[in-house]
Amino acid sequence: MADVAIIDSGGANIASLLFAFERLQTNAVLTSEADVIRSAQRVLLPGVGAARDAMQRLRKSGLVDVIRELEQPVLGICLGMQLLCDASDEEDVECLGVISGTARKLTATTENTVPNMGWCSTGIRSAHPLLEGIEDESYFYYLHSYALPVSSITLATATHSDEFSAIISDRNFVAAQFHPERSAAVGARLLRNFVEFGK
Amino acid sequence: MVVKGVQFRDHRVVGDILELAERYCHEGADELVFYDITASPDGRGVDRSWVARIAAVLDIPFCVAGGIRTVADAEDVLNKGADKISINSPALANPTLITDLARRFGSQCVVIGIDSREEHGRYFVYQNTGDPDKTSAAQRLTLDWVVDVQNRGAGEIVLNCMNRDGVRSGYDIAQLVAVRSHCTIPLIASGGAGEMQHFQDVFDSANVDGALAASVFHGAEVNIGDLKQFLAARNVSMRI
Repeated sequence: MADVAIIDSGGANIASLLFAFERLQTNAVLTSEADVIRSAQRVLLPGVGAARDAMQRLRKSGLVDVIRELEQPVLGICLGMQLLCDASDEEDVECLGVISGTARKLTATTENTVPNMGWCSTGIRSAHPLLEGIEDESYFYYLHSYALPVSSITLATATHSDEFSAIISDRNFVAAQFHPERSAAVGARLLRNFVEFGK
Repeated sequence: MVVKGVQFRDHRVVGDILELAERYCHEGADELVFYDITASPDGRGVDRSWVARIAAVLDIPFCVAGGIRTVADAEDVLNKGADKISINSPALANPTLITDLARRFGSQCVVIGIDSREEHGRYFVYQNTGDPDKTSAAQRLTLDWVVDVQNRGAGEIVLNCMNRDGVRSGYDIAQLVAVRSHCTIPLIASGGAGEMQHFQDVFDSANVDGALAASVFHGAEVNIGDLKQFLAARNVSMRI
């Protein structure tokens, strides 16, 4: 049984996540097999690329209902966060709908460029085991053009033209807009918390 | 091996790639860019096994530039663990490549490197700058190309101001200001950093999203950790 099943949504750049878990000495596997995903202690939904492509791949692999019915801790990262929500403005894609909210396009100006790319100070709104040992206003690495507005499920926020959800949590589902696997020591801590919390 | 030249000529070896990558990561670099400068002029691809070796040790983002001509090339680099790919000469030869890459991987992966030089008050794009014998004018105005690549789906521009490359006299503020006014995607300044003050100048005066430097770090004249403390104390917000 895998400690962490990383769902293969077909996007590139899964290697950096696998390496991040390797550095944490955690057994993570990349998979699109429903049984492996269901039986894993933790499930991670990554995503780089376009929401429409990723949803199509999840449908084709028969994983839409599998993901919706997971009961162990599930972490969505970046596009994976948006996939867990109701929908994305990106080509009006309907997503998994396990977390309420719709990803909105960031507003581009020469002051606040889009994609939002780089290290952003991230403010913590409420405590969560995922954030154990992580200081308020820590810098995480972001790389995105869409984001979820702040709502009652927001655990942490960052600001572009407007404040947006950096981390959200709903039941066993948590999601981060930034890339913990590329956010140096503080990112590694968040991934370690995800692997260890509740154990 | 890591090499560095002056104004894109006379490259010399400055260190082992993994050692330098780890050193810069440890010093607090926010992102690393690896240029395979021989890849494009030679018309060959890169041996990319090193990308995975870098990805295994780095926990900060990194970008790979050089020799990426097709969506398949880009996929190979991203699959090995790079966060972004940067294309330069191949985008000039085939601008639709930018759109293809953005559609497949998202704009946030697609960096366009622009080598630009001032001539008689106007800025011109150069290509194949990795090899002095093959470098040539791309017959494009830099500002036109900046607008074009954004419309095609580029997610970031690294502007290499060739007049300033490796000479450490400061970033080309005038050129960066001109490009900034045409650019709503992240703009990274490159070429000319020689001391810590130059970094503050470029953030204050050109409103760039990032500043890239090589020579001053390779030679250890500027320590990245010291630089970030210096900038943070002068109200440039950044991760310390």
